[in-house]
Amino acid sequence: MTKVSMTINGKEMSGEVEGRTLLVDFLRQNLGLTGTHVGCDTSQCGCCVVHVDGRSVKACTMLAVQANGSKVTTIEGLAAADGALHPVQAAFREHHGLQCGFCTPGMIMSAVDLLQHNANPTEHEVREWLEGNICRCTGYHNIVKAILAAAESMRGGVAHAAE
Amino acid sequence: MVANGIGARALRKEDQRFITGKGRYTDDINQHGQAFAVFVRSPHAHAKLVAVDKASVAGMPGVLAVLDGTDVAADGLGNLICGWLVKSKDGSPMKMGAHPLLAQGKVRYVGDRVAVVIAETYAQARDAAEALAVDYAELPATVALADAHGSSTLVHDEVENNLIFDWELGDKAAVDAAMASAAHVTRIDLVNNRLVPNAMEPRAAIGSYDSGLDQFTCYVTSQNPHVHRLVMSAFIQIAPEHKLRVIGPDVGGGFGSKIFIYGEECVVTWASKKVGGRPVKWVAERSESFLSDAHGRDHISHAELAIDAEGNTTALRVNTKANIGAYMSTFSSCVPTYLYGTLLAGQYKTPAIYCDVQAYYTNTAPVDAYRGAGRPEASFLLETLYEQAAKEIGKDPAEFRRQNFIPKDAFPYQTPVALIYDVGDYATTLDRALELADYAGFKARKAEAEKRGMRRGIGISCYIEACGIAPSAVVGSLGAGVGLWESAKVRFSHTGKVQVMTGTHSHGQGHETTFSQLVADKLGIPYEDIEVIHGDTEKTPVGMGTYGSRSLAVGGEAIAKSCDKLIAKGKKIAAHLLEASEADIEFKDGQFTVAGTDRAKAMGEVVFAAYVPHNYPADLEPGMEEGAFFDPPNFTFPAGTYVCEVEVDPETGVVRIERLVAVDDFGNVINPNIVEGQVHGGLTQGIGQALLESAIYDGAGQLLTGSYMDYAMPRADDVPSFEVETAAGTACTSNSMGVKGCGEAGAIGSPPAVINAIIDAIGVRVEMPATPQRVWAAMQGLALAAE
Amino acid sequence: MYAFEYKRPASLAEAAQLLSGDDEAKLVAGGQTFIPTLKQRLAQPSTVIDLGAIGELAGIREEAGGVTIGAMTRHGQVASNDVVRRVIPSLAGMAEVIGDPQVRNLGTLGGSIANNDPAADYPGALLALQATIRTNKREIAADDFLTGMFDTALEADEIIKEVHFKKPDVGHYEKFRNPASRYAIVGAYVTRYGGTVRVAITGAGACAHRWSAAESALGGNFAADAVAGLTVDAGDLNSDIHASADYRAHLVKVMTQRAVKACA
Repeated sequence: MTKVSMTINGKEMSGEVEGRTLLVDFLRQNLGLTGTHVGCDTSQCGCCVVHVDGRSVKACTMLAVQANGSKVTTIEGLAAADGALHPVQAAFREHHGLQCGFCTPGMIMSAVDLLQHNANPTEHEVREWLEGNICRCTGYHNIVKAILAAAESMRGGVAHAAE
Repeated sequence: MVANGIGARALRKEDQRFITGKGRYTDDINQHGQAFAVFVRSPHAHAKLVAVDKASVAGMPGVLAVLDGTDVAADGLGNLICGWLVKSKDGSPMKMGAHPLLAQGKVRYVGDRVAVVIAETYAQARDAAEALAVDYAELPATVALADAHGSSTLVHDEVENNLIFDWELGDKAAVDAAMASAAHVTRIDLVNNRLVPNAMEPRAAIGSYDSGLDQFTCYVTSQNPHVHRLVMSAFIQIAPEHKLRVIGPDVGGGFGSKIFIYGEECVVTWASKKVGGRPVKWVAERSESFLSDAHGRDHISHAELAIDAEGNTTALRVNTKANIGAYMSTFSSCVPTYLYGTLLAGQYKTPAIYCDVQAYYTNTAPVDAYRGAGRPEASFLLETLYEQAAKEIGKDPAEFRRQNFIPKDAFPYQTPVALIYDVGDYATTLDRALELADYAGFKARKAEAEKRGMRRGIGISCYIEACGIAPSAVVGSLGAGVGLWESAKVRFSHTGKVQVMTGTHSHGQGHETTFSQLVADKLGIPYEDIEVIHGDTEKTPVGMGTYGSRSLAVGGEAIAKSCDKLIAKGKKIAAHLLEASEADIEFKDGQFTVAGTDRAKAMGEVVFAAYVPHNYPADLEPGMEEGAFFDPPNFTFPAGTYVCEVEVDPETGVVRIERLVAVDDFGNVINPNIVEGQVHGGLTQGIGQALLESAIYDGAGQLLTGSYMDYAMPRADDVPSFEVETAAGTACTSNSMGVKGCGEAGAIGSPPAVINAIIDAIGVRVEMPATPQRVWAAMQGLALAAE
Repeated sequence: MYAFEYKRPASLAEAAQLLSGDDEAKLVAGGQTFIPTLKQRLAQPSTVIDLGAIGELAGIREEAGGVTIGAMTRHGQVASNDVVRRVIPSLAGMAEVIGDPQVRNLGTLGGSIANNDPAADYPGALLALQATIRTNKREIAADDFLTGMFDTALEADEIIKEVHFKKPDVGHYEKFRNPASRYAIVGAYVTRYGGTVRVAITGAGACAHRWSAAESALGGNFAADAVAGLTVDAGDLNSDIHASADYRAHLVKVMTQRAVKACA
């Protein structure tokens, strides 16, 4: 067993893991952060997306030890301390961007990463970006709508320029 | 009018927990002392199970128990059931082989459950499951549906020709006569491709046993916890019903695949007692789900449509072979029969219809209901057939359909295949869809695309489905083993807050929201004051669960009736408080008013009086809590028109959906956001079937599409934004709300629209899924033929 | 996953030492193929040596008119790097269509080419961009590096340090994706260096390879029509449920033509 320490959602956390422990299992089982889900075993569905050092990654395809010393953000850490939702969370609710909710945490974490480096994506760019996130309920229509709306609200309400 | 009542685009109550990571799905539940189960599954499609050598894992770290079919038999547990008895043409009952919890002497598909290993940790259980020595003697396998009849290999020795039933519906003689005198007959052969449901949350279960209470508890990814309890108790005989609690917590999508009672949840619940009552958790890996979840569709059909000289359809004949897989899953028999043959009238007045269906065992995973269940198969057959027929007789496909529609004034309409449609207005949804899709402008778009070297096509689908499942007496007469009513209880607290207990289960549909809107509207109380409780057999009245787009039309009506009872009781209380006659009390917007006066009592005051009955009618029970059961008088019949426009890249065969318009008649709508969301999701599943998805077994019965590496799920960049309209509704007459159900329509209506558009673009038929390779090959065939 | 020992060396020398001392040890770079392989229990290494902490393996720099990229550079970094986008924009474009954004945030150049999956994108880029693979032991030309399906010229204890890509006059990578896995069913990477053209095909066969007939034809006339008359022998190509060898053969030509057009 190896001791790992990470800053998770702003808090220092540590635990004992095996070399083979996946980051997602460390989060879910050691730390009880069950908002990060596991929907496949071939690294495609994206239900497990979290941020490691600011970039979105699949927590099912990273060893916990590889994240040692990193800054990790999960869906539980996205809203402000006072409970105020992140604009992407708020937009998913506002635009009915979720149904069963299982893919939602990964979807939201992925979308937040997109908007971090592309504040003004086109619908096409949003759809391409979501290649690593599978949703079986929404048909993506309202997810795409929510992300575009979140982008607009994060830019301060400036509508997207003509594509 | 209350805010967030019927018709409002209320934001969902469910969302706060899901967007903040606070959902509580089965795998999120961890209990003290929990152990982990891993199932050992057959690597062979068909084999004799010679021996399971439990000693091979004795002493492995953490192993608590290894159980196999002999243990199941020793404890006298029953087999899994199929709850719908279908009879063959000759009146004989369907031939059903045993479906054991763990294999008994034989394995019949890759993924068949052989044994379970329970250990302290998941890794230890997995290690031991891998190490468990199982001796198989391989047998030849019957894999393909087309090969099942007459195969020398029988999946179940007692089922001759692997033929489970040979069922028929309709008037064969009338159809034969009409065919003989038809001016034109259009013929079609098609395959309805086999799909894997793929709810994003894999199946999971946690069983536990409390020796103090002598009670079992099972958390399970279920669409119908009470049905789970019933089967696990009455048939599997794990425990009497009152000693078994089944909880379906947050469930990450179902699409039918979580209706069924599978061996895994039964085994972990039973096994818990064997490991000292410790909770035993099993969570499927995705690759395990691919192998072991009930698959969907998988039909081979031939159909013939007779048309007279004026273009009126006069008869329809359909023969279908349906793959049931290696065992009959819970509702497998009704899917290719009563949920399929009965829908073959579609939106049309074709006077004579005959359909026969042969259902076969094969050495593949069980096949059962998947979003739409039988109705997508019927719709695909009918709507591709009508499209082809229109082209053969030189009519515009839209006009050909319109000519044959059941007219608006013909309702209620008795079809030749058993159903009575209550209401409908098919021309209106067709017109609106054609208008939204700019059908008239298609030629110009096609010409423009051709300039770019692309082939553009447009396709129509006018679907109908039977939802609101189901009138109990009707389904009972057809072989169903259960009633399909639904239940509810609505309970006020002292302070006027409301709990709504429903027998349905929400796993993405947003019942907590829709039912709150319904109750807010009925009782005139704030939406925020209502809590919807579902999914726990200990907290909710006995109910039949969620499938077949039934939750609102059947379960919602039980809620509405409970509210009506509360209002009736409230009137008695209000009359007493207002010293008026009960007959003079009117209820509106949460106020009980003496008619023609301004004397009124608010609902809250009435409720308080009911719980603090100091000044109260002498002959009235205190309390404000009412329940109701609702057994619908008929199915509901959502219908609509979908128009799809595609572009095909002739060099690669890649199909791109440029536009998909869906105009649905769902009757009245409680929450348009939720309804549109259901359509979006259904459309995408339908596009998945049409373009991407296919469960493929090789000749030896190995699943080639056993993960997302090979099974193509629709991604965001595979689909466009949709144009969805649900406004043009005819109110359903089978419930007081006038609602029909919307959960399956998208998946039913879209595959034929997409395929018709592709055929229109390339001029030749292509099977589903219309992958680039298939489309390209079909186009090559055309080019070769022309040369 | 089977249990293994995890090591995280700080230098290439230390990594090489760990690797040479243990026949059952495996390197992990980005892990986007290796970790799924471990999860499916298709590999059982004694030790997993994580290259993630080795500074020598990081970084992108302009060198001799081309670009040199450290083995641990993530696909996402290549896709968005200013130097790559300026000097060899087609390479950035190639990196941008690997996997999905999350895979690109972890997956690495070194990991991809060391694995040499027949359907991976990077091996074709090595061939098309006349790459030189620099290891802890030597330099290997791309044409010598890719030796077969999941096979390379790397020795058991050899570690890729960086890869140098030669700047072409023009280049483009055209990918036909597997709709499920999003790997390449066929990828064609076309480059032109003066009068010399390279056409690298990935996904179609057992290993990324050059299509020499197309290279000759395009060398004489760098236009899509130049390959129109060529035939691709389907006999050497992969066939699976997504694409038959014949369809792949057809796509090789179409993707090559599209890549040429995009170069214009």
